[in-house]
Amino acid sequence: MTETAAAAAAPFTLERRRARRRAAWRRRRLVLLLMAPWLIGFSAFFGYPLVMSVYLSFTHYDLLSSPKWIGLANYKYLFRDDPQVGPAVKNTLWLIGIMVPLQVLFAFGVALMLARAKRGVGFFRTIFYLPALAPPVAATMAFVYLLNPATGPVNIILEKLGISGPLWFQSPQWSKPSLTLLSLWGVGTLMIIFLAAILDAPRQLYESAELDGAGPFQRLRWVTLPTISPVILFSVVISVIAALQYFTQAYVAANIAAGQASQAGDQTVNNLGYPEGSTLFYPVLLYEQGFKFFNMGYASALTVLLLAVAFTITVLIIRHSRRWVHYAGAVK
Amino acid sequence: MSVAVAQPFVRRKVPAAVRRKRLLVAVANHSLLIVAAVMFLAPFFFIVLTALMTNEQALSSHLWPSPFRWQNFVDVFHQAPIWRWTLYTMMYAVLATLGVLVSSIPVAYALSRIRWRGRNLVFATVLIALMLPPVVSVVPLYVMWSKLHLVGNLGPLIIPNWFGDAFSIFLLRQFFMTIPEEYLDAARVDGCGELRILVTVMLRLAKPAIAAVALFSFLYTFNDFFLPNIYLRENPAHWVLQIGLSEFRSLHQVQWNLTMAATLLVMAPVIILFFLAQRAFVEGVTLTGVKG
Repeated sequence: MTETAAAAAAPFTLERRRARRRAAWRRRRLVLLLMAPWLIGFSAFFGYPLVMSVYLSFTHYDLLSSPKWIGLANYKYLFRDDPQVGPAVKNTLWLIGIMVPLQVLFAFGVALMLARAKRGVGFFRTIFYLPALAPPVAATMAFVYLLNPATGPVNIILEKLGISGPLWFQSPQWSKPSLTLLSLWGVGTLMIIFLAAILDAPRQLYESAELDGAGPFQRLRWVTLPTISPVILFSVVISVIAALQYFTQAYVAANIAAGQASQAGDQTVNNLGYPEGSTLFYPVLLYEQGFKFFNMGYASALTVLLLAVAFTITVLIIRHSRRWVHYAGAVK
Repeated sequence: MSVAVAQPFVRRKVPAAVRRKRLLVAVANHSLLIVAAVMFLAPFFFIVLTALMTNEQALSSHLWPSPFRWQNFVDVFHQAPIWRWTLYTMMYAVLATLGVLVSSIPVAYALSRIRWRGRNLVFATVLIALMLPPVVSVVPLYVMWSKLHLVGNLGPLIIPNWFGDAFSIFLLRQFFMTIPEEYLDAARVDGCGELRILVTVMLRLAKPAIAAVALFSFLYTFNDFFLPNIYLRENPAHWVLQIGLSEFRSLHQVQWNLTMAATLLVMAPVIILFFLAQRAFVEGVTLTGVKG
C-alpha cells in the first residue's frame, strides 16, 4: 500500500519538479530578454568607456595614429605642469561652494513662499518653473544680451536708478556671478521638488508644534527642515553633479561675450574661458583638450580624475548626511 | 449633530489681533511672490521687446520698440537655415525619445514586477549610472564613434538611447512599484504571460509616467547642446537648432534684434509643449524628487 503510493507519487513529483524547473528557466529567459537593452547599453556605453578612459589615460593618442603607451606622463602633466588645471579646478570649486548653495537656498525660499501662499499657487508655480525648461543655449544668449554692459536692459535700468552697472560677462570678476544669476533663473526644477516635499509634510506635526507654542521660525527649523531633509540631500547631490559637468552655459556665454567684444565674431580665436580664463571650468578644459586639440590621451586622464572626484564627492555627501538627514520611521 | 456644526465654528473664532497679523503675513508673502514673479518674467519680456526692435533701437538705450518690427521673424528664416536645423532637431528628439521608451519600459518592468536573483544589485548599478555625468564617457565614446565613421551624423546621438536610459528606467520603475499587485494577478489568473501583462495592463496603468518620460526625453534632446556640439560641429549640414542658435551671432555680426527673435523661436516650442502638458511635467518632477 505504501509502496504503491510512493510509486504513484514519484513520477508525479518528478514531473512537477521538471515543470517547475522549466518555468524557472522560462522566467530567467524572459528577464534576460527584458533586460537585454540595458545589459548591452550598460556594457557598450558605460563599462567600455570606463575601461577605455583608464587605458587611454596612459597613452598619447591623437585619433590619427594608434595610441602610444607613455605610462604616467599624462598624470604628471596634469598634477604638476598644466597651468590650466589649477584655475579650472578653482573655478569649478567656486560653482560648488557658491553657486550650488545659492541655488538650493533660493529654490527652497521660493518653494516656502509658494507653500504658504493661499491663492494663485498654480499660476506662480508655472512662472517659476518655465525658465527651467528654456533651452540652455537660448537662455544663455538672452542673459548675455540682458547683461550686455553698454546697451543691455539691466544696465540701462541701473543707470536710470543712478547706479553704474558692472561689466557682467565681460569682466573676470563678474562673469561667474552672471552665470550664477542665469542658474538662479533656471532653478524651477529644484523649486518644484522642494514644494512637493513641503506640502507632503504631515499637517499634524505643524499643528502640535503650534500648540506647543512654536513660532514660524521654530516650526521651519524643527518641523519643515527635518521632514524634507532627504529631499534636500537629493537636491544637493544632483546640483553638485550638475556643477561638476557645467559646460553649455559657460561655453556659449564665453563665445558670445568674446564675439561681442571683438565685434567680429572671429571663429579662429580660442574663446574658451573668456574673459581671462574666468569661465574655464573643468569640463571646458576637458573639451578643449579632447575636441579642440584632440589630445585624447590627456583628455582621458582628465576624465579619470573627474570620475574619481564625482564619485568621492557623492559618497562623502551621502555618508556625511546620516548625521543630519532624518528618515521617516528611522529606517537608517 | 449640533456638536459637529459647532466645532468648526469654535475653531474659526480667532482673536482679531491674530487675524490681522495673519492677513499682514499673507499680504507680505504674496507681495514677495509677485516681485519674484516679475523678476522671473522680465527676461522673457525683454527678449520679446528686443526681437521686435530695429537693429539701431536694439543698440540704443531705448527699452520699448518703436516702431514694432514684426519683419524680424521673417528675416530670421531668410538669414539662417532654421527649417533644416529644426528638421535635424526633430529627427534627433523623436528618434531618441522613441528609443528611450522602447528600451526602458521592459527594463523598468523587469526591475519592479518580476522577482529574480541579483535584481537589487542591477538596480543599484542603474542608480550609479544615473549619478555619473555624461562628460566622463564622452572621450572614449568619441573615439569609438570615429572608428565607426559615424562622427558628423546623428547616429552617436540617437543610438545610445535605444539601449536604456538610466533616468527613465529609474522614473518608470518608481511608478511601476506603486501599481497594486492585484491588477497583475488578475491578468495572470486569466492566463496572461508577463509580456502580455506588460503590454496590456502596465502600459495602460502607467500612462502618466510614460508621458512624463517621453516629455523629459524630448525636452532633453531638444535642448541638448553638449553632445551635438561634439559630434556635429564639424558638419554644418547636420546642425541642430541649438548649435545653429549658438553660432547665429557670428553668422550675422551684432544684430541683437534678429538674435533675440531666433532665441525666441527656439524657446517657443518648449514653452508651448509645457502649457499643453503641464501636469505631466510637474508630476514627473515630483515623482523623481520625493520618492528618490
